[in-house]
Amino acid sequence: MYVYDKHDQKMVDERVSQYRDQTNRFLSGELSDEEFLHLRLRNGLYIQRLAPMMRIAVPYGMLSSVQLRKLAHITRQYDKGYAHFTTRQNVQLNWPKLEEVPDILAELASVQMHAIQTSGNCIRNTTSDQYSGVATDELEDSRPWAELIRQWSTFHPEFNWLPRKFKIAVTGAKEDRAAVQVHDIGIRMVERDGEVGFEILAGGGLGRTPVIAPVIREFLPKKHLLTYLEAILRVYNRYGRRDNKFKARIKILVRAMKPEVFAEKVEAEWELIKGGPETLTDVEIARAKSFFTEPAYETLPETDPGYEKALKEDFAFKTWIGRNVKAHQKPGYAIVNLAVKETSVAPGDVTDEQLETIADLADKYSFGEIRVTHEQNATLADVKLSELYTLWKELCEAELATPNLGLLTDIICCPGGDYCSLANAKSIPVAEAIQRRFDDLDYLHDLGDLDINISGCMNACGHHHVGNIGILGVDKKGEEWYQVSVGGSAYTNAAIAQILGPSFARSEIPSVVDKLVTLYVEQRHEGEQFVETFNRVGIAPFKERVYAAQ
Amino acid sequence: MPSIIKDRALADSEFTVVDTESASVADSHSLLPLSFYLEHREELKGRNDIGIWLEAGDEIEAIAEFANEIPVVALNFPAFADGRAYSSASILRKTMQYQGEIRAIGDVRRDQLSQMIHCGFNAFELADGQDTNKCLEALDAFSENYQATVANPEPLFRRR
Repeated sequence: MYVYDKHDQKMVDERVSQYRDQTNRFLSGELSDEEFLHLRLRNGLYIQRLAPMMRIAVPYGMLSSVQLRKLAHITRQYDKGYAHFTTRQNVQLNWPKLEEVPDILAELASVQMHAIQTSGNCIRNTTSDQYSGVATDELEDSRPWAELIRQWSTFHPEFNWLPRKFKIAVTGAKEDRAAVQVHDIGIRMVERDGEVGFEILAGGGLGRTPVIAPVIREFLPKKHLLTYLEAILRVYNRYGRRDNKFKARIKILVRAMKPEVFAEKVEAEWELIKGGPETLTDVEIARAKSFFTEPAYETLPETDPGYEKALKEDFAFKTWIGRNVKAHQKPGYAIVNLAVKETSVAPGDVTDEQLETIADLADKYSFGEIRVTHEQNATLADVKLSELYTLWKELCEAELATPNLGLLTDIICCPGGDYCSLANAKSIPVAEAIQRRFDDLDYLHDLGDLDINISGCMNACGHHHVGNIGILGVDKKGEEWYQVSVGGSAYTNAAIAQILGPSFARSEIPSVVDKLVTLYVEQRHEGEQFVETFNRVGIAPFKERVYAAQ
Repeated sequence: MPSIIKDRALADSEFTVVDTESASVADSHSLLPLSFYLEHREELKGRNDIGIWLEAGDEIEAIAEFANEIPVVALNFPAFADGRAYSSASILRKTMQYQGEIRAIGDVRRDQLSQMIHCGFNAFELADGQDTNKCLEALDAFSENYQATVANPEPLFRRR
């Protein structure tokens, strides 16, 4: 993974000093609430319902075991002993003290971490495919490019005060695991005439107005990546709306201008800077790639007799392998997903002890590296087949082996009204009620891949628009209600879910979900997943089933 | 005569911002609103004692043809969180190769100054209540940056 040199370290250290000074000025009354708000947001600090919430950047989801142990220490020392994995591969603390945040930042800086631009109207953490570098369907590892974008976007002097927040995602794989179609800029690595470059999408997003991003450039040679991004950002910074917060995202600008016109405007801007100093050099591309070379893999056979034996003899192990373990590029290795979605625990929450266990397991089984996923789970990317069985036993012990990856109970969920001051309604208890209702693992496995996404408000941090079943908290005369939508997808065939109809009380949600999946079971053709059945039969039968009984 | 920070030092400026109502071609050392200047362009041609100021939404390209005749271009920040003028300044310096003074006016505060310098501003008329000495220190909040900027024309990766 990327390792800081003296320049990277210096910038992060200087940021800690700058932020410490800003905090002191706020505490002494020198900075107003409003001015400090903008400054602290650029360091991931929200003031929430019960306490500040602090978002820590995990560039494209990559963490070392050393960093993970530091996070465990921070949650113990400065918080309540747990952290939260977010839907954009970051980590959040729910109970830090405002006056201690500079100390937390100093601790983070000591392990090459920071909270720079994790919030505010600026370029946020660049995300990528959680299986980058090990995915079997990969054209090229996207992480060197995500790192180059991270550096370019960090403290970009021109783009720190954008109309609204700005999120970039990159994928180098065939299957889209980075949700590039619902980002402000989505970057897909593609091949043309034997050359690998980028397809650029712009103006996708969720929130109040969900939009699937149009392609604005079909092929961009690699060396032009940063100048082209600069052109997009400049057009957005100048012409994005600033009069209405709800119309300020780039998707509104792209739509208002029409994607073709927006693309022309970007091309015209790009012509002026194309080939300029930000044009990537071969040396720099090679330097970025040098941090993401293969770890010291052993040459192994395709499979392992011990592993095959355990598969035959231990059904629970087999179930877990089938659900949580994915194929790897290298023979004899596998990708292991740890499930952080135990029922009764808020989705994505991990305790300090679990963080340390994950760090230990990463050291023991996976070259000391961990990835945080969009689905709020953690991944050990390089595990030997021969060690899967012992790893699984250790995961069971640590309650990290629930074989529910991608199943209905692997719910994606924002912190909601329990923590977040923006929320209209709670989301965590809704997730828990659904998990309790669906406690029969055989039935869950029979239902197969089924994403439920829950957001406590329009800001859509739980990405409810792209859930196969999306649940959105709404406020009706001061009461918490939930709007349900069906048929969304965050993956390659991305789609925005359709709203089912009038919203429901919280207590009704588990039975609404039950009716939706029962209808699917009745209507599905052999081998069809929930969203495929939905695409074939449409929303009408789902609507009828849910509302007819009322 | 406003007191400003210019080229990293305190200075008294001869140039004063005037609004459309009080603008006049007879003035000397005024920073005129863009629309007024364009309207009176013929009369003002060749005057090196007159500058322009632009609102955040004004297109900087409007002065492309004659920018280098003008000694001072001021760019307004209607609010410190409005970042449009950073792009205007970058274009003015990088694309139009403007050599004169680019002054930040309006809601100009300490924590923005280092970003402004990198975008090509070299003069700052601070908002009320800003501590000038602290602002001078804040010009160099960071000793390094990744991007190609006006202050550092080569990106870090070409200097590493």
